[in-house]
Amino acid sequence: MKRRLLLLLPLVGFLTLGGFLYQGLSINPFERESALMARDFPAFELTTLEDPERVVDASLLEGEVTLVNVWGEWCPTCKQEMPQLLDLAERGVRLVGVDYKDTREKGREFLAEFGNPFEVNVFDPEGTLGFDLGVYGAPETFLVDADGIIRYHHTGYIKPEDVRDTILPEVEKWR
Amino acid sequence: MALIRLLLCAVLLLPALAGAAGEVREFDDPVTEQRYRDLTATLRCPKCENQAIDDSNSPIAGDMRDRVYAQLQDGRSDKEILDFMVARFGDYVLYNPRLEGRTLLLWGLPIGLVLVGLIVVVVLVRLHRHRSARRLSDEERARLDDLINRERTE
Repeated sequence: MKRRLLLLLPLVGFLTLGGFLYQGLSINPFERESALMARDFPAFELTTLEDPERVVDASLLEGEVTLVNVWGEWCPTCKQEMPQLLDLAERGVRLVGVDYKDTREKGREFLAEFGNPFEVNVFDPEGTLGFDLGVYGAPETFLVDADGIIRYHHTGYIKPEDVRDTILPEVEKWR
Repeated sequence: MALIRLLLCAVLLLPALAGAAGEVREFDDPVTEQRYRDLTATLRCPKCENQAIDDSNSPIAGDMRDRVYAQLQDGRSDKEILDFMVARFGDYVLYNPRLEGRTLLLWGLPIGLVLVGLIVVVVLVRLHRHRSARRLSDEERARLDDLINRERTE
């Protein structure tokens, strides 16, 4: 009888492997945690989109929980996401934009057309800040706590239900 | 006619152009050039699931190639460059996962399975050897003697 059971071992092995592989089918490779989680927001020194004379750095994010949204005029999903960001701003969340790989004119046109939920926009034409944030496609959104530490990362489109289900609870959690 | 010929040439050239993700780079020595090739072949493009950055036309892959090149020119080591990328994009960008606590299972499993297989084979062989050498019953011994003796007398 024992011997018979041993014959089942390969089947058990196969089913285990099959289970792992099956689970792998439904994993979204873009839903992975940011490498910057629980780390300081990267240092930067860039001008703002609004004022080419005004230089800002990471201290911009200290003192209050801030949602940093990386966007660009060239990014269609960023346009779809705008109503959700405006909603968040209306609910009292502080938003800072990073205008990623864009030109000043186009970035300003974008905000004029789709609304501006941002307190200020960091202008990042070369994508250097984006690179240090590990951004590989806009939009991406980072939640930074009052000490300037990254606490939450959202890759891609923020759906209307994400505002209530994930973003707002995260903001509350770190306030 | 000339237009068709031109179009044909363009079509023939297309694959050559499409295959060339990447820029023309100048290197001081062939060793650095080889390191650039190796690094860009082992870094995975974060945007495109299963492509190394030397093979991808995605903008982020281009940015990463630029950084690899610039850091090689600055005299940084391969490890420093890989650390730099991992700090931003995570372990995802390494096609060769590092050997550390978290990846012990990944690296150890194949070796472990081979060892388990070897042990199973050894145990099975021993069991079988033991079984064939087991003691004969009186009846069997009598039959065996019978057979041996018959062989001799014939």
